[in-house]
Formats: sequence, structure tokens, C-alpha cells
Amino acid sequence: MNLFNIIEEVEKVDPEVYGRLSDRRSVIKNITSFGTKVAAAALPFAVGTMFQKAYAQSGAKPTVLEILNYALTLEYLESTFYNAGSAKGTALIPAQAASYYFNQVTKDENNHVAFLTTVIKSLGGTPAAVPTFDLTAGNGSGNGPFKDVLTNYQTFLAVAQAFEDTGVRAYKGQAQYLTGESNRVVLTAALSIHAVEARHASAIRQIRGLTPWITSTATLGNDTGIALVNGNYDGEQNVIQGGVDVTTLKGANGGATSVATATAAFDEPLSMSQVLALLVGSFIVH
Amino acid sequence: MKTEELEKVENANMARRSFLRYAGVGAASVGLLATAACHKNYYHDYSPTAGVDIGSGDDGILNYAYALEQLEAAFYTQVILTPYSGISDSERTLLTEIRDHEILHREFFKAALGPNAIKALTPDFRKIDFSSRSSVLGAAMAFEDLGVQAYDGAGYLISNPDYLTIAGKIVSVEARHAALIRNLIAPGNFAGSDVVDTTNSLNASTEIKAVLPIANTFLKSKVSAKNYGYTA
Repeated sequence: MNLFNIIEEVEKVDPEVYGRLSDRRSVIKNITSFGTKVAAAALPFAVGTMFQKAYAQSGAKPTVLEILNYALTLEYLESTFYNAGSAKGTALIPAQAASYYFNQVTKDENNHVAFLTTVIKSLGGTPAAVPTFDLTAGNGSGNGPFKDVLTNYQTFLAVAQAFEDTGVRAYKGQAQYLTGESNRVVLTAALSIHAVEARHASAIRQIRGLTPWITSTATLGNDTGIALVNGNYDGEQNVIQGGVDVTTLKGANGGATSVATATAAFDEPLSMSQVLALLVGSFIVH
Repeated sequence: MKTEELEKVENANMARRSFLRYAGVGAASVGLLATAACHKNYYHDYSPTAGVDIGSGDDGILNYAYALEQLEAAFYTQVILTPYSGISDSERTLLTEIRDHEILHREFFKAALGPNAIKALTPDFRKIDFSSRSSVLGAAMAFEDLGVQAYDGAGYLISNPDYLTIAGKIVSVEARHAALIRNLIAPGNFAGSDVVDTTNSLNASTEIKAVLPIANTFLKSKVSAKNYGYTA
């Protein structure tokens, strides 16, 4: 989410980072080249392992258990977030929003944690430990860019939306590694969670007065108006699907398709390394 | 189609009888409207037309998705052509955007499948009262929830990882639609227990052989999937 923290960490290990790379954006894009140096040291075992694996991953396929533990880690974050918000009661969340939205979502995320834990165990795996979270995105300082997340409802909503839209992207990014009859059960379960996250994302975007779908421009994926989460939406502006520029396809009135329609009609995936780079060092403490 | 006929179709206050006469047009969605070859008898002819089979392999699953997207695109095209009474500006905007998404999904699959694409399907929306908000939104909810369950239930049949990713890109948008429509009908019901189970919070997924019989009730041209255990 806030990538600055992790880049600062990279800087500690690799002081020349800005010299070698043109700007922060390219740091993010090129982080894979030195990510392993920063990553693992202080992280909980499972996240550190995922981080290294993800960064080492160029074409390497994660195992089913790695994918499930990655999903579990994301669900830990979401459930921790909603449980903390719910615990604040009406001091944070208006009663109507709780009954129309947050009670359902909180229950769903807790159920996803329990479900994934069960699945991982049933496959003979060890569920990842719960990382230390900082819901302000301050990497443990409690004073990150979203420092009023549990006292300011608007901030809480903004973070919730980013988590949901990012969660959709994260699950989508892993589906490709779960093809084949042997993965049928896990793929179907992952797709089922993916759809629920998309329902959540739609609903919270409605609360925030946005389109329920991500409506990007040609140059900016992020349609939330919150620049801090640009990274979470980067790539949503893509209009090439399966090699076809879908803006060239015929729209409702027989003409070309707008960028708004083209971007909203297709949600885009994020890789494991992209998601971890967005979270580790900000929401996930290391 | 003649201009004056289009104007009649666009008249939201059109009598129900008159509306039924034109409902089959939705049918046609964009293609027919563009090619404009309407004969009056067409509208009264609801006899089944020759069915199609989705085939097998990845193309089969893409054709399955193409069939469902055709159905959704035709439905929303009709919704916008003959808006239900009392439609709000915001509902009209949202439903128009959904129409555009579904048309793009349809056109995408058509382009992606190329010569392997099944034919354009003719819908049969006689069960839907397009003048009624509850009928239209009820049908929209059914189509969207069915679409999500269909993609989720068929994902494992896709062998090409890139195709699976593309299906994933579309299904989450369908789930966003479903959540919106459900909230329009009943606020807070975006993930109701009829589609998301209360124990594990997983969205339901449905196999091809269970999806197509439902989809076929809205199709004049019936879709089969004999390689997946269903013949219409």
C-alpha cells in the first residue's frame, strides 16, 4: 500500500538504490533484483519464506501450499482489520453500515481464515503464523499514513476498499498456478473466495460513492482518489486482453469501446511479489 | 429496423402487449439492430431454433462463457432500451455500464474464439416483465449470480493458464455486478446466504450441466454441452 516504507528498508541495505534507478516507481518495478536482501531477515517465518520465494520466482511455480498460506496471510490481515474495526463499535462504524456491510464482511474474512487453515492442515501443511500487523501501514510504528484508521471512519473505509480490491487481484494472480484436475478442489475454493472478495469490494465501493467496479483512465489504474494506494491499482488501466486491444471492439452503439468500459469490464491480477511489496514493511511489520 | 419502430420500443410507457411484440428484439441485441433485417413474423416466432453445442477443451469452456455473456448482453440491452418504470438516474447509469461490460465480454469472446465461436444466440425473455423494476432486477440478479457460479464451477476445466486468468478477470466483474444488483434489491444482501455459504463464506459454484438448463430457459436457441453431461 504505502510503498515508501519498504523502499526505505531497501535503501538501508542498498544505499545506492535511487542512484541506480531513475525514480521510486522504477524501484518498485525493479525491486525483485534485490528484494531477497531485504526481505526475510526480520519477518515471521512464513511471510519471509513467501517473500523470498516470490522474488526468486521467475517462472517458478509456487506450490499449492505456498499459495494457500499466501492466501491465509492476506485473510489474516483482512480479518484482523475488520475485527479491530468492529471492536470499536459505533465509535467508528455507523450502526447502519455495520448491519449492511461490516458484519457480513467481518464474518466472511474470519470464515476464510478458518477455512484456509483447515484446508492447509488437511493437505498435510502447516498454516502460516499470523504476522504482526500495523493497520496504520506504519511498519510497527502505529504512526503510518493511515494512523487514524481505527478512529476515522473515512480512513477505515478507504483502507477496507484497498484491501478488498487488492485481495481480488491477489487471488486472481494465483489461479494460473492451479490448473489441472489434481488442483480442481483448491482452484474452485480459491475462485469461490475470489468471488466473495469481489462482492465485498463492490459493496464497499458503493458505500464510498464509487462505481462498484474499478473504472481506470488510460494512464491511472487507481480510481479511488487516494494517491497513497496508486500501487494497489496499478495495472488496472490495462486494455489488452489475450492480445486484443478491447477498446477496438464494438461497443453498445456500434462504435469503439471507451477506456472506462474496457478497464472496468476486466479486473487485473497482481503477482505474489507485487502484493507482498505492497504490504510488507507497511501493513505487515518487519 | 425502421426508426419509428425503434422509437416505439424506446417508449417506456408502451403498453405491455405492444412490448411483448418487441421483446424478442432484445434478442437480437446489437447485431440485429445494426443489420436491421426485421420481419414482423419474427417477433411471434418463439419456436425453438436449432441448438448449438459448446464443444470441448478450452474452446468449449470459452464458448460456454460466450453463450452466457451473449445472454447477459442481450438482457441489459433490452433493459436500457425499455427502462422499467420509476428507474432512477443512478440506476440507469449503473445498468448502462453493466450493459457495456457485458457487450464487451461478448465481443471479446467472439474475437478470441474467431472461427471456433458458436453462433449468435437468440434469447427468449418472455418470462421477464421489462416494465417492472422487481422483475428486471430479479432477472439481473439471477443472471449475475448464475454467471459467477458458472465461471467458478468451470474454472478447473480450463487448461491454458492464460485463459484461466482471463476468466478470472471477468468473473470478479460479474461478482461486482451481482453485489450491486443485490444491494439495489435489498441493501446489505450483496453476499446473501443463498449464494455465499455461512460456514466457510465461499461463493457457490455450479457445473455446466446445472447452469445450462437454467440459461436455456432464456434462450430460443438452446445450448448443449454433451461433453460435459448435458444435452438440451
